[in-house]
Amino acid sequence: MNLAIRDVRFNLGRFLLTAVGLGLLLMIVMGMGGIYKGIEEDAVLLIDELNADLWIVQSDTRGPFAELSRLPANVEDRAWAVPGVASARRFVTHTVQREYQGRSIRISIVGLSWPTDRGEWLPIISGRTIAQGHYEMVADVTLGLGVGEHITLGKDTYHVVGITKNMISSGGDGLAFMSIADSQAIQFDAAGEATRLERAARRGRAEDDDITQSQPGMLERANMPASMNPAFGSPMVSAILVNLKPGVDIEIVREVMNGWADVTVYSGEQERQLLLQGPVDRARRQIGLFRVLLVAISAIIMSLILYTMTLDKIHDIALLKLMGAKDRVILGLVLQEAFLLGAIAYVLAYFIGKKLFPFFPRRVIVTNDMLVWLAFAVMVICIVGSALGIRKAMSVEPNEVLS
Amino acid sequence: MTQHAPAIETIGISKIYGSGNTEVIALREATMTIQRGEVVALLGPSGSGKSTLLSSIGLINPPTSGQIKIDGKVVMDGPKPFVNLQRYRRERLGFIFQKSNLIPFLSAIENVMIALSISGIEGRPAKRRAMELLDSLGVAERAKNLPSALSGGQQQRVAIARALANKPSLLLADEPTAALDSKLGRQVMELFREIGHENQAGVLVVTHDQRSLEVFDRILHMDDGLLTELEVANSKPK
Ligand SMILES: Nc1ncnc2c1ncn2[C@@H]1O[C@H](COP(=O)(O)OP(=O)(O)OP(=O)(O)O)[C@@H](O)[C@H]1O
Ligand SMILES: [Mg+2]
Repeated sequence: MNLAIRDVRFNLGRFLLTAVGLGLLLMIVMGMGGIYKGIEEDAVLLIDELNADLWIVQSDTRGPFAELSRLPANVEDRAWAVPGVASARRFVTHTVQREYQGRSIRISIVGLSWPTDRGEWLPIISGRTIAQGHYEMVADVTLGLGVGEHITLGKDTYHVVGITKNMISSGGDGLAFMSIADSQAIQFDAAGEATRLERAARRGRAEDDDITQSQPGMLERANMPASMNPAFGSPMVSAILVNLKPGVDIEIVREVMNGWADVTVYSGEQERQLLLQGPVDRARRQIGLFRVLLVAISAIIMSLILYTMTLDKIHDIALLKLMGAKDRVILGLVLQEAFLLGAIAYVLAYFIGKKLFPFFPRRVIVTNDMLVWLAFAVMVICIVGSALGIRKAMSVEPNEVLS
Repeated sequence: MTQHAPAIETIGISKIYGSGNTEVIALREATMTIQRGEVVALLGPSGSGKSTLLSSIGLINPPTSGQIKIDGKVVMDGPKPFVNLQRYRRERLGFIFQKSNLIPFLSAIENVMIALSISGIEGRPAKRRAMELLDSLGVAERAKNLPSALSGGQQQRVAIARALANKPSLLLADEPTAALDSKLGRQVMELFREIGHENQAGVLVVTHDQRSLEVFDRILHMDDGLLTELEVANSKPK
């Protein structure tokens, strides 16, 4: 005869309420783990998807994610020339926060190196990747844009042609992909008035300089667009991504590029580590600590619950002992109720979490590993939590029935 | 087990609670014997040591000194056990208390079955025996009810059924009728007599109820820890 089940049935309401409370607590433990994992995955997701063997960034920086990196676009051409390089792409990223249809959206814009990179690698869930070098973009589903929508950024209007899933920046913002030229147009967009003033100022400076006396053509050009002035370089990019031909030793190529004084080169794995140790490290550690605390708190609460549950039955336990019940029977009663409570709470946590986590503003990734870990933790908590109650139950003298 | 060994025998058992200033001598060298099939009452004023004697015999409150024999075997010498007390309680003793002391989360029949389960009898045989017992005590139709749904008298009868479940050689009852009206109390006392005689079990009942003393074979009296035997109230059992 199973005493635990009968006792639970007798106090069903209270037991279920306790299980729900504990389930919510476990759900939060699970969620914390999921958020931790989510931050980690989101952080490295773009790096993993870009899948570059080498990252060339501004010299002595840890860019382009951990800090700002700017380098001339022509480094790409230099990279192409290194033996063993299969491809080199420019990479540009920056974040904008704009109003769109009355709401504010944060977009992390990633420039694709058109035409070599058309974003075929993107995890598109609807629509297509970009098919022209201008005015098309692919947006992540979290941005809330639909295929066919038009969004104005800077002076141009962009047509959303495709939607990706789970493409999030390390800051948690949805990514949007477009050609580098477009992304730079947005980044360096200036109001018409600002441009006019800048050109006028440029002309003013040219007039003050005696070089324009001998070179009147320069004066002419001073108030034309920057792209018509050979003296102005093209806009900087964030990084150059390099992929190697199969079988090429990464260290040899790196050696060559490290010889260039104006850049620093990282491997894909190093870039990942930079990101994990940089921007997301503190958030990660904070959540990790919180998670440990939550587990400890759950254990304490569970102990208290199991202890009071045992105290409630102490008279019955004394009675069982009086009737000559073996310790095993009493141990079973306390432990089985603990496991039942733990199991119900765990299942509740799982299902509530499953329903709730998708509504979280950031990704919550609950992996199977984590579920196994949590099940194991709940089991340990059940055993440790019962310890107090079991000690109490075991020390009860049968003659306490008489009191 | 010897055929004619008494169900219980105590040889000069004393019980002293506390020590020094707070010392209470609850039992003073109590010596007595109860044969199998004998139904014995234990009377005495409040605080005289009746419950102490009962719980010492019941192996839940070890005496300070003296010997306890069950079925002819020494089970306690002073506070020292000579056998597995749990097993002895399980196999040979049945307890009934003033309050029924049923387990609240088990139905009437389960309360009886748990005693059987503790002795390793489970399933259908346990159910059948529990039902028989409840039936013989007139509470079969309430078998599925929780104790809270039973009257005081019904609860007490379920408790008696439970005490009888393992066919104990000694039944110990501490003021079992205190919570019952006199008619019901009388019925329960007569039940003890029947049980003792039919099951060849020793029965020791602590009671304050002077009116139903004639059902007992012998009457013991306790005063300030001293045990004396009153005159035989009834003819000796067969
Ligand atoms: N656990 C204990 N610790 C200390 N003293 C105790 C304890 N139990 C009983 N006593 C004392 O021992 C004496 C006998 O108590 P006992 O309970 O055996 O009396 P009783 O005859 O059953 O009384 P009642 O008729 O009121 O139930 C009393 O003086 C009581 O105060
Ligand atoms: Mg008493």
